[in-house]
Amino acid sequence: MKKLILTTALLALTSGAGMAQTVRLGTEGAYPPFNFLDDAGNVAGFERELGDELCKRAGLTCEWVINDWDSIIPNLQSGNYDAIIAGMSITEEREEVVDFSMNYVPPADAAYVGLTPDADIKGGVVAAQTGTIQASHVAESGATLLEFATGDETVAAVKNGEAVAVLADKDFLAPYVNESNGELVWVGEPLEMGGGVGLAFRDSDDELRAKFDAAIQSMKDDGTLNPMIIKYFGEDSKVF
Amino acid sequence: MFSACADPKNIEGLQWLLCYLTTGKHIDFYWSFLTVLALLAITAPAALVFGFGGAMAARSHVTPLRLLGKAYTAMVRGVPDIVFFMFFVIALDQGIEWLRHQVVCPDWSEPIRRGLEFRVCPQAKTPSGDAAAWVHQTYGFALAVFTFALVFGAFAANVLYGAMNAVPRAQLETAESYGMSQGQVFRRILVPQMWVYALPGLSNLWMILIKATPLLFLLGVRDIVYWARELGGAKTQIYDFPHPDWRLYYFLFLMVAYLFMTWASEKVLARIGRRLSHGQATAAGEAQRRAAA
Repeated sequence: MKKLILTTALLALTSGAGMAQTVRLGTEGAYPPFNFLDDAGNVAGFERELGDELCKRAGLTCEWVINDWDSIIPNLQSGNYDAIIAGMSITEEREEVVDFSMNYVPPADAAYVGLTPDADIKGGVVAAQTGTIQASHVAESGATLLEFATGDETVAAVKNGEAVAVLADKDFLAPYVNESNGELVWVGEPLEMGGGVGLAFRDSDDELRAKFDAAIQSMKDDGTLNPMIIKYFGEDSKVF
Repeated sequence: MFSACADPKNIEGLQWLLCYLTTGKHIDFYWSFLTVLALLAITAPAALVFGFGGAMAARSHVTPLRLLGKAYTAMVRGVPDIVFFMFFVIALDQGIEWLRHQVVCPDWSEPIRRGLEFRVCPQAKTPSGDAAAWVHQTYGFALAVFTFALVFGAFAANVLYGAMNAVPRAQLETAESYGMSQGQVFRRILVPQMWVYALPGLSNLWMILIKATPLLFLLGVRDIVYWARELGGAKTQIYDFPHPDWRLYYFLFLMVAYLFMTWASEKVLARIGRRLSHGQATAAGEAQRRAAA
């Protein structure tokens, strides 16, 4: 009986194979304006527009998959999707387990945000999202690191006093600061971190990575990437 | 959803709220309640089946079967749920893909395991890479049901094992003296009588199962707790309906929903308890007899 069920399941699942290959793009869906779920429940944001354009240029059919940030790399490796496009900074630690495309956002500034400009970011409690370069930076800075699963929770921790400041991408924090009516302020100077944001692929997927590299290069060459960055991150954001 | 909601930044008050509560995301939130209820409705009987099998195996006179039943209950109960849900499900998923790989692409020469990577041939991907999103979701849901049933089945097996041993020995001996075979004693005397002893333990399990559903998100199924967190988080102007941190209200709503489910379960379980006690040689059964007389 068990064998019968297994065989039926195999047949049912095999029947779709053999058509043009679909590339599944994994994202977090909780890091505006990079990627987020819009009010209709669809993936939206800078990376949605960029990813769709890259797929069009590379001649691929792409599908979006939402995955928790915590397990986003393990699920790439076990093959649940084929690329990560989730505001992921290119770092040496990550290069050891995945391969990055060329960057599609220049090396980004990280910044501290707190309730007062003189918040103690050297010795106090500082919030950051788990598994980000900012979290490693806080851990090394001497401050006490308070980790959260999503970026939104790190900002909430500052507002309710759990942490004196949050360290995250400046592009992510800017809307929160601008819309807080002065409640949230920048602390200290922005820091440059990582090698920019890129797509992450499995080490063995060089062919797919080359296709996306070519597509990103073509967007840089014909000048369509910079306006897209400005559209989502504002006039004074860094461009290529 | 409604034409009046086309320009959410320019509407206010009650209409804003109505539009807000009917966005696609909120509809997904409401549907996820059905996902959770469906999970409960499928998992509970499946876990009972696993539990019944486990309890029968643990009582078996055949040594390997008895050891298997005991090992199942001891091992699964001993591993923390969250570890089980992270490790077992990935192993199950990869196991299915590996089996299909052996069947579909016997000529594949590249290694399947490369360091941390797991790569089977594209035809063996489960579900296949170009399958629709709902196929992936259904597959994830099926894995979730199976895992929940396995975990809660182990607990149920232990409860049922205890309940089977709690049926008074005199009842079984009487049946034997009437000439019933072992199988007949089990079916006609033991099983009908054991439920009343199993009910308190099983009702505890049911309550724990209701509250364990947030583990679903570990398996990629978006449940009510995921949506409450996602919807409640502060929303900047990039969203159509910006608002500050409203997680408190969403979680209060969840609390009411969970309390309602608990209350409804209590009612149903009390009813089942009354029915099962009817005519039994227990204190509750005796009380019913006296009240009727």
